[in-house]
Amino acid sequence: MNRICRAWRLYRHYISINVRSMMQYKTSFFLTAVGQFLVSFNVFLGIFFMFQRFSEVEEFTYSEVLLCYAIVLLEFSLAEMAARGFDMFPGMVKSGEFDRVLVRPQNEILQVLGSKFELTRIGRMLQAVVMFGYGVTKGGVDWDFAKVLTVVFMLIGGTAVFAGLFLIYAALCFFTLDGLEFMNVFTDGAREFGKYPIGVYGKKMLLFTTFLIPYALVQYYPLLYVLGRRTGVFYIFLPLPACWFLLPALLLWRFGVRHYKSSGS
Amino acid sequence: MKKYLSFFRLRFLMGLQYRTAALAGIVTQFAWGFMEIMIFSAFYRADASAFPMSLSATASYIWMQQAFLAFFAAWMVEGEIFDSIVNGNIAYELCRPINIYNMWFARSVANRISRAVLRCFPILFVAVLLPAPYGMSAPKDALHFGLSVLTLFLGLLVMVAFCMLIYVLTFFTISPQGLRMLFVSTVEFFAGAVIPLPFFPQKVQRVLELLPFAAMQNVALRIYSGSMTGGEMEKAVVLQVFWLAVLVAAGKGLCRMALKRVVVQGG
Amino acid sequence: MIAVEHVCKTYRIAKREAGFCAAMKALFHREYEEIRALDDVSFSVGDGEMVGYIGPNGAGKSSTIKILSGILTPDSGTVLVDGRVPYQKRVEHVKQIGVVFGQRSQLWWDVPVIDSFELLKDIYTIPESVYQQSLAELTERLKLSELLRSPARQLSLGQRMRCEIAASLLHRPRILFLDEPTIGLDAVSKLAVRDFILKQNKTHGTTVILTTHDMQDIEALVSRIILIGRGKILLDGTLSDIKKGGGNIDETVAKLYRSYHI
Repeated sequence: MNRICRAWRLYRHYISINVRSMMQYKTSFFLTAVGQFLVSFNVFLGIFFMFQRFSEVEEFTYSEVLLCYAIVLLEFSLAEMAARGFDMFPGMVKSGEFDRVLVRPQNEILQVLGSKFELTRIGRMLQAVVMFGYGVTKGGVDWDFAKVLTVVFMLIGGTAVFAGLFLIYAALCFFTLDGLEFMNVFTDGAREFGKYPIGVYGKKMLLFTTFLIPYALVQYYPLLYVLGRRTGVFYIFLPLPACWFLLPALLLWRFGVRHYKSSGS
Repeated sequence: MKKYLSFFRLRFLMGLQYRTAALAGIVTQFAWGFMEIMIFSAFYRADASAFPMSLSATASYIWMQQAFLAFFAAWMVEGEIFDSIVNGNIAYELCRPINIYNMWFARSVANRISRAVLRCFPILFVAVLLPAPYGMSAPKDALHFGLSVLTLFLGLLVMVAFCMLIYVLTFFTISPQGLRMLFVSTVEFFAGAVIPLPFFPQKVQRVLELLPFAAMQNVALRIYSGSMTGGEMEKAVVLQVFWLAVLVAAGKGLCRMALKRVVVQGG
Repeated sequence: MIAVEHVCKTYRIAKREAGFCAAMKALFHREYEEIRALDDVSFSVGDGEMVGYIGPNGAGKSSTIKILSGILTPDSGTVLVDGRVPYQKRVEHVKQIGVVFGQRSQLWWDVPVIDSFELLKDIYTIPESVYQQSLAELTERLKLSELLRSPARQLSLGQRMRCEIAASLLHRPRILFLDEPTIGLDAVSKLAVRDFILKQNKTHGTTVILTTHDMQDIEALVSRIILIGRGKILLDGTLSDIKKGGGNIDETVAKLYRSYHI
């Protein structure tokens, strides 16, 4: 417990130094945040114009799709804000900064996360919050405690899944310095295509995202519960097992660090 | 001219070295295209009558888009050029007896072509084998095919000319990163990378088609898939040439202004 | 303090050749080359000793430093630093060492230097009293009092290097690895850095391993020199061993390199 407290304090220290660094460039920070906002605005506009033409897709209406996208976007930006360090990790390995991490007596993951805390992602998060607000009020959902709890669990589980994917991305850097682009399918791709409930993509995709990379557990099934299409109580808790996804990601990272130490890449 | 060609060759060969990256790119683009087609076919099932082009034309559009992503992806701007402006390494380039605009132009075209060469064939090959209406179908006739190849390259040049504007504008801004994002999101949306232009409401579409963004991927992909025919094609090609001229002229003008500033400020 | 026995380390790198045909061929088939960075390297360093580790570029200096600091694991052989195997007990090991990479910075670029130090205090979990004491001592000896409040990006290279060295010593390591600490510094800063290292060694008994291309560093700081070339230790002796024949030390070392064909 003591160790966790100390790690948390160190992490907060890292965040504070990141924020202070960023505040040296206030204008740049502001413009980047606006840029982030606009980038995700594109996806929203895409949905908007598609629904100008079509009234529903697989029986999901415009506001239901918006709610779905807002939740995914919020999950993603929470994970991204915290785990951005992993995203910059190839650069850290190439520049030798990771050597510095290894000569310090702290957990490697904590140091990598702390070295880059992306506050500009606040633009994207703002976008998610606005859309979330819109989806919540216009989505025609009868909100009660169970549904709110479901959404909270979705956010926790979803953040864990995305953080796990970022971690896998970073771990793969130890083996290959280029060629990690395909990981975008799972991170950016999941954000992009997660705008529509996964059921839209057919049965096979649903199976894949239930058992291999548990998106469906944090997006599709609990969403059905929130929208009132399913009533089983276990739908509320489905996002929590998705957190187990972090475990194989961590193991891969460990393996990667060991490989780094023996190959000297 | 010869020095720009040799520059082009050097960059092109450099691009070919990243074969792991290319393989990863192929897998990514293939998955991406597949997901796009799944979405569009879901909408098609929902209401086929509201579809502005046939499903198989949409599929062709998407596969072409994925295969030639490197031609038109706005986010594939050259980080090195941005960096050299921001950290002042551009001073080296200014010492060489070449026109910096032309050199960057040649370099960007080379980079985009070398990336596309490695990636397009496997994607196209698999896309052709896929069953209709999800696969890629042949163009209507030889004219459409020829024109789509021509407009593909014209579109590439328009794209690069637009990127050049962004590089040059970096000289005048304090936040290259913010500018870059703004630029990427605008281009992606108005060029038809998020949803193809025919899917916009008609009034919006009519305006969008006149903008330089529509002169990038829109023309080639739609001519190939057959969603653009006859007089529309001629108009589109003329617009492409027009925008290319305007963008290059604007870029060169701004570049001259920017370099004067650099020389005056000494930094 | 440090015992290195029969250490080997090999890297595999992709071969690249010039020309269009080669680029095309490399698309499908890539050839690899094995580089022996360290080839049966053995030496030992006593507690409180200062050792200069020299050799031409690519001789295996940084591989050795990386193994000693726990960043790399050797292919074979054994390494003991202060009774521990660095690459097995990483966290315990690195508490006892300080590393200065002359070409890289560990300070946060945009915040005052003191903020970086405060963060290091948390990273190394240095008790407050020890931290204050170390900081006061380092500030005085490296003349940092004027610098601590400015962001690292505003410091000159010499000023920054002084801060880098202080950052690596806040936790009072028993062993200090210096990788080209004087590279690019002006004469005054060089002298200040050398003077500090000498004092640090005398007062705290810190063991120092120094890699450098600057032979004046070597002359000023160390009495013992280990010369490495092509992954092998070629010479382990005193400065006077090398200087036999007299004259300018740069020329002597260059002659030495040539005589070993490295």
